[in-house]
Amino acid sequence: MSPRTLSPTSSARSAEEVGRRVRRRRFGRYRLAPFIFTLGTAVLFGLFFLWPGVLGLSYSLTDYRGWGEPEFVGLSNYTDLFGDSEFYQSLGRTFVYAAFAVPVGYCLALAMAVALTTQRARGKTPARIIFFVPWLVSPIVAGVIWRWMFGESFGFVNYIIRLLGGDAVPWASNADLSLFVAVLASAWGGAAFNMLLFIAAISNVPRSYYEAAELDGAGSWQRFRYITLPSIAPTSVLVILLSSLGAMKEFAMIQALNGGGPGTQNRLIVQYIYETGFERSLVGYASAASMVLLVILMVIAIVQLRISKRKNAW
Amino acid sequence: MVTTDAPTAPAKKRKTGNRLRRSHEIRRSILPTTLLWVLAVLMAFPLLWFLLSSFKPGGELFSYPLSFLPREWTLSGYEDAFERVEFMRYLTNTFVVASVATILTVFLCASTGYALAKYKNPWLSVLGLCVLSMTMLPGEVILNPLFIVVRDLGMYNSLLGVIMPSILTPTGVFMFRQFFLTVPDELIDAARIDGASEYGIFLRIMVPLARPIMLTLAIVSFQWRWNDYILPLIILGDPDQYTLQIALRSLVGAQNINWSVLLSASVLSMIPLVALYLVFQKYVTSSNINAGLKD
Repeated sequence: MSPRTLSPTSSARSAEEVGRRVRRRRFGRYRLAPFIFTLGTAVLFGLFFLWPGVLGLSYSLTDYRGWGEPEFVGLSNYTDLFGDSEFYQSLGRTFVYAAFAVPVGYCLALAMAVALTTQRARGKTPARIIFFVPWLVSPIVAGVIWRWMFGESFGFVNYIIRLLGGDAVPWASNADLSLFVAVLASAWGGAAFNMLLFIAAISNVPRSYYEAAELDGAGSWQRFRYITLPSIAPTSVLVILLSSLGAMKEFAMIQALNGGGPGTQNRLIVQYIYETGFERSLVGYASAASMVLLVILMVIAIVQLRISKRKNAW
Repeated sequence: MVTTDAPTAPAKKRKTGNRLRRSHEIRRSILPTTLLWVLAVLMAFPLLWFLLSSFKPGGELFSYPLSFLPREWTLSGYEDAFERVEFMRYLTNTFVVASVATILTVFLCASTGYALAKYKNPWLSVLGLCVLSMTMLPGEVILNPLFIVVRDLGMYNSLLGVIMPSILTPTGVFMFRQFFLTVPDELIDAARIDGASEYGIFLRIMVPLARPIMLTLAIVSFQWRWNDYILPLIILGDPDQYTLQIALRSLVGAQNINWSVLLSASVLSMIPLVALYLVFQKYVTSSNINAGLKD
């Protein structure tokens, strides 16, 4: 990803070569200790990960409703799902949400990182603290905060619009405007984390590039466009993929912001799974929808692994 | 800077050059500083507006014209939050969940990360792959089966049911594994020659070495668990067991939102994390955080 994160692994690799001779001896001798060190992890993995994973896959092939005996129905959940307009609507809305939330969040985080790494800016320490506070705010509270800002009859934004002579904007009763507020809220809440990644990447760009460009008369925009952006490309990919994963799983913030409303127009996919599985108690059907989400998330995660080529991690 | 490039220049000339350069510097710092502070104001404003609104009396919240500062400062919203909502109970529940889960997470991830970094056998290779697979299979896709597993284990509606599934995080394991890979093997070998047991090496040498990582993971993990929504939502059905996030959600999901209580309860729910952040700021924003830190 960036030279800084690569250095421990590369030094570890040389340590590994030295240690290989030792390790061959160690293989048989220390078997109990590593087993005990990892026993808790193995148990928790089995109980809360492997077991639910297998259950979910098998429920998706049954008509289980949370009680009684599940009956095997083959792939009919999946065929029903692909004909279910509500499912398509949720999935489509999730993609629309991700398509807007990811670029907006990316630009905001990058702008913050650039502003914090510019040498001439004053007051970077307090600004850094301010930028980071939204990371502490839970998704629920973030939703509440933006709902309060964009309230239709009492919100600050509509108040300003009216002061400027405009009409109150229906932030809550118009589905697209409501999604727009959700995009702003998610960019606001997620920016701090991505900003950290960008700061690490930007501070790894050699200063001499900028100095050379400055001598050649490059303006600050040109330096950003032709030095910073290409140098942080790997981090950009990472941020985009991580934010896409996050956007596909969005649930809590929207719950507090508009509850998936107006109506069910902004119901994203996780909320659809939750309502189908828990409120309508169609466990089998919801599990099938989960599997579709899983495939989407896995595709994104595999793309991430491929691009960032972090195979040396394992 | 000035003295090195013009060591023989007359003193007066040097001085004016210095002043010129300084005013030039100031002019060039205007744009970046403005950008920085415009962003800071944009980021801070929603929170500040929210915070100040929580000190307004109920009537002032909706009466036009709105004012930035409360015309009349009041704590009545906060009093209501403690009286009408069982705020202390939710706070205690959340605190129990977050702190117990965090302590267990740190120790489990440390020992697992250590074993994965410093030992090699088939069992560990399989376990490493299992932990890696967790990053691709987030909790959101196994909501229903996870609920059924927790119910069958008899932990439905108990805080234990919220704590147990959230202890193991691949991010934490990776963080420790990466750290322990950088600790030289010679250290372990020397301790072995001195007769230390494997557990003694881990507890007396490795744990103290990893203290900064432990603190970082502890803060991050506490934040995750404090702000968790989806797991408590499916596990906790009884309002007595609610965590803060679930309680806030039930306030905001009500037919008629009591904004006065909601605003102050939300502000109160953030105080512990903000305090923690201000104390341990450098551990959170340091370079220890890397790609995996999103759970």
